[in-house]
Amino acid sequence: MQHATSHSHSNGAGAHTHSHDHGHHDQESMKVLGFWIFLVTDCLLFGTLFATYVVLKAHTDGGPTGKELFEIPGFVAETFILLTSSFTSGLAVLAMNRKKVNQLIGWLIVTVLLGAAFVGLEINEFVNMVHEGATISTSAFLTAFFVLVGTHGLHVSVGLIWMIALMVQLKMRGVTPVTQRKITVISLYWHFLDVVWIFLFTIVYLMGVM
Amino acid sequence: MYASIKSFASSFFVTGDPLIYGADVSIGLTTVAILFVLFYFKKWGWLWREWLTTVDHKKIGMMYLIASLLMLFRGGVDALLMRAQLAMPNVHFLQAEHYNEVFTTHGTIMILFMAMPMMFGLFNMVVPLQIGARDVAYPYLNAVSFWLFFFGAMLFNISFVIGGSPDAGWLSYPPLSEMSHSPGVGQNFYIWGIQISGIGSLATGINFIVTILKMRAPGMKLMKMPMFSWSVLSSSIIIIFAFPILTVTLALLFIDRFLGGHLFTMDGGGNPMMYVNLIWMWGHPEVYIVVLPAFGIFSEIVATFSRKRIFGYKSMVFALMSISILSFFTWVHHFFTMGAGADVNVFFAIATMAIGIPTGAKVFNWLFTMFRGRIRLEQPMLWTLAFIPCFVVGGATGVMLAVAPADYQYHNSYFLIAHFHQVLIGGVVFGYLAGIYYWWPKLFGFKLNERLGKWAFWLWNIGFYVCFMPQYALGFMGMTRRVYTYGWDLGWGPLNLVSTIGAFLMGIGFVFQVWQILYSVKYGERDTTGDPWNGRTLEWSIPSPPPMYNFAVVPYAGEQDSFWEEKERRDFAPAPPVPVAQLEAIHMPRNSGVPFIFSACWFVAGFGFVFDWLWMAILGMVGVGVTLLVRSFQYDTDYYVPVEEVIETEIAAGRAI
Ligand code: HEM
Ligand SMILES: [Cu+2]
Repeated sequence: MQHATSHSHSNGAGAHTHSHDHGHHDQESMKVLGFWIFLVTDCLLFGTLFATYVVLKAHTDGGPTGKELFEIPGFVAETFILLTSSFTSGLAVLAMNRKKVNQLIGWLIVTVLLGAAFVGLEINEFVNMVHEGATISTSAFLTAFFVLVGTHGLHVSVGLIWMIALMVQLKMRGVTPVTQRKITVISLYWHFLDVVWIFLFTIVYLMGVM
Repeated sequence: MYASIKSFASSFFVTGDPLIYGADVSIGLTTVAILFVLFYFKKWGWLWREWLTTVDHKKIGMMYLIASLLMLFRGGVDALLMRAQLAMPNVHFLQAEHYNEVFTTHGTIMILFMAMPMMFGLFNMVVPLQIGARDVAYPYLNAVSFWLFFFGAMLFNISFVIGGSPDAGWLSYPPLSEMSHSPGVGQNFYIWGIQISGIGSLATGINFIVTILKMRAPGMKLMKMPMFSWSVLSSSIIIIFAFPILTVTLALLFIDRFLGGHLFTMDGGGNPMMYVNLIWMWGHPEVYIVVLPAFGIFSEIVATFSRKRIFGYKSMVFALMSISILSFFTWVHHFFTMGAGADVNVFFAIATMAIGIPTGAKVFNWLFTMFRGRIRLEQPMLWTLAFIPCFVVGGATGVMLAVAPADYQYHNSYFLIAHFHQVLIGGVVFGYLAGIYYWWPKLFGFKLNERLGKWAFWLWNIGFYVCFMPQYALGFMGMTRRVYTYGWDLGWGPLNLVSTIGAFLMGIGFVFQVWQILYSVKYGERDTTGDPWNGRTLEWSIPSPPPMYNFAVVPYAGEQDSFWEEKERRDFAPAPPVPVAQLEAIHMPRNSGVPFIFSACWFVAGFGFVFDWLWMAILGMVGVGVTLLVRSFQYDTDYYVPVEEVIETEIAAGRAI
């Protein structure tokens, strides 16, 4: 049934129906499953970076330590903003389930703005550190720090571009099984980045300033 | 101006070695020849439509196969160069630096650009057919994977003539691979060649997990699935857990080199041993990634050519799954000498030996399957039989290496070299060759010539033992790996000469195989039945080569070896043709040029990063982003093959009434 709707876009007529089509698997749900597996691999990616960070955390080589560098108001604000954006992306999915396109796009815009604010704060934090002479090549600890936190920031930035592209597609096509799957996938991605951040917040920042 | 161009060119192009000028000339001539053929016969459109944009898993499989055979040739030439250099004491055919480059590219190419793509080729050619599916789960992503592998491999290979090859060994240990010890571009080629193709491998892992879990024919419960598909599932599971670690490890090494990081350096608080741990956390599972599908292939072949159901199906599945888990708990056996302490070493030694148990169970299952079977000694079966003793010896020497205290003796010796070639050639290469001989008629519609195949078989096998048995002895005599020459006084000369002779015998075996393929294209026995070996699984129920949509009517597979059972019921009669009335329009993915362009952009980016040309790297990365967006906006990605076309195709294959 779902396919009949999605294909009617491609050939305009939508002449065929699902009953014709044995051995045709539900591709939208299969793509969501594939994305879950992708998230498993992304978990491993971050896991490896965390492991590297933990091993090298004390290797400051006489350079500045986390305690000297991390500023509590900064990373607390980042945490707050990112958690809120996860919440608003959840609201977007709720709007999608009720087929309210404009509401959906509205919540996505809020999510993008919050995400952009998060990235802005993070860049600001990095620039400040570099001004204090704490660069990626100062010590093993700082390399590991910039790589771990930067990879998360890069993920968030990619998510922002992706979300904007999806908003355009929603404007063009409305809520269809395909756009619905795409929104489901990006909201999964967004929540995932939130979970990763909670680990970052605890292991890097809280344990760093303690 | 002229002077600056000249100095640029002399560092950009590799100079100073006749071998390399030879390569330059042959690469140039081949390129010109290919371009000439394409222009002269006006084949550009055909190339683009049929191959570069294809999303058909069978064609992608064939391209993997061709590419991997080319890489086997390149890696093999490297091997022969090394064996020629080591044939006698005090040879100065290769200089020390050149020898380092050759063993590095040989190891890297054999594992990542020969074994992996040959394996992916078999995945693609066989799995959908075997589970009764019309395609893989994500055909578009599948094309992306192939082209990423292809461009990654190209990037790695051009290091031979442009910029210079890596020389820090196939795992690129720091500090050798750090800026301080390898300031040239070779290590960058290593990092980006593997990184780009590695992303493709990861995607293939995801693709085949979902394909196998979600696209099996109705009735095919997991515990009824053919063994090869099981082995692909277990190998893919290892891929998705191991490859992210490789991606990160390479990225971290690149950050050290490119941004002056200190993760693995000797100064700035870096920790080189961290790299060694990380790379082997990928590297050891990698060995099982490539060997498990070979086990799957042997299981299919043994059952088919003994005309018996595989013995101990459940224990085979259990063995595959336990190996895939255990493979993640053994990585330290590659550096027992690190100094981690006895307790750590004992843990990893025991975990390593534990893998011997499920592996041994598999060997016994194959033997029991053959026991009292009506065995036919066709080419696939020959390679399977050759594999068993080879792998048993390789396994035994592996257990010897796993004894942590003894490893202090064998570590980095020629004993090790002999051991891992025994499992990699005897297990992986023999396995994939057996698989290629087995499934070749299905994909290409003709059998490979038997007589030439026998020549290749015996040359490979005899060559193998002549080459590697002396190396065990050389290991005990104190010869270490990665030495480029040695003196007369050590007494290693005679055994090394024997070993080199064996290597060249294998090289001649490979030549026979190339001849065999070329000969069979013209004269090979055509397969008109679709079932040349009297097979057991679904892929043999359709015509050879299969139509683009594989199955005209999706089969029902309620039993293990369901095609065989069905034939038994019909008393070996061939499958009755499908009534035209049952045929319907078939849903298929559309071709796309995006995967090719997307991967080419990665190549551009990679090349930019290799040479530190930021403008080019940025250009490439922008291309990567744009192609991703373009794809996101494409909605017209599939179509229906009309009934008339299905009927026509089936009638042409003699399959419809
Ligand atoms: C076909 C016949 C082959 C021959 C004659 C051969 C020969 C050699 C030789 C002479 C070395 C270098 C030993 C040293 O000086 O350290 C070597 C290293 C290696 N070979 Fe092979 N090889 C063959 C096939 C393969 C295959 C099929 C694979 C993998 C699938 C493979 C993987 C490796 C690896 C990983 C290394 C280690 C490279 C390093 O030290 O970094 N080889 N081989
Ligand atoms: Cu290992």
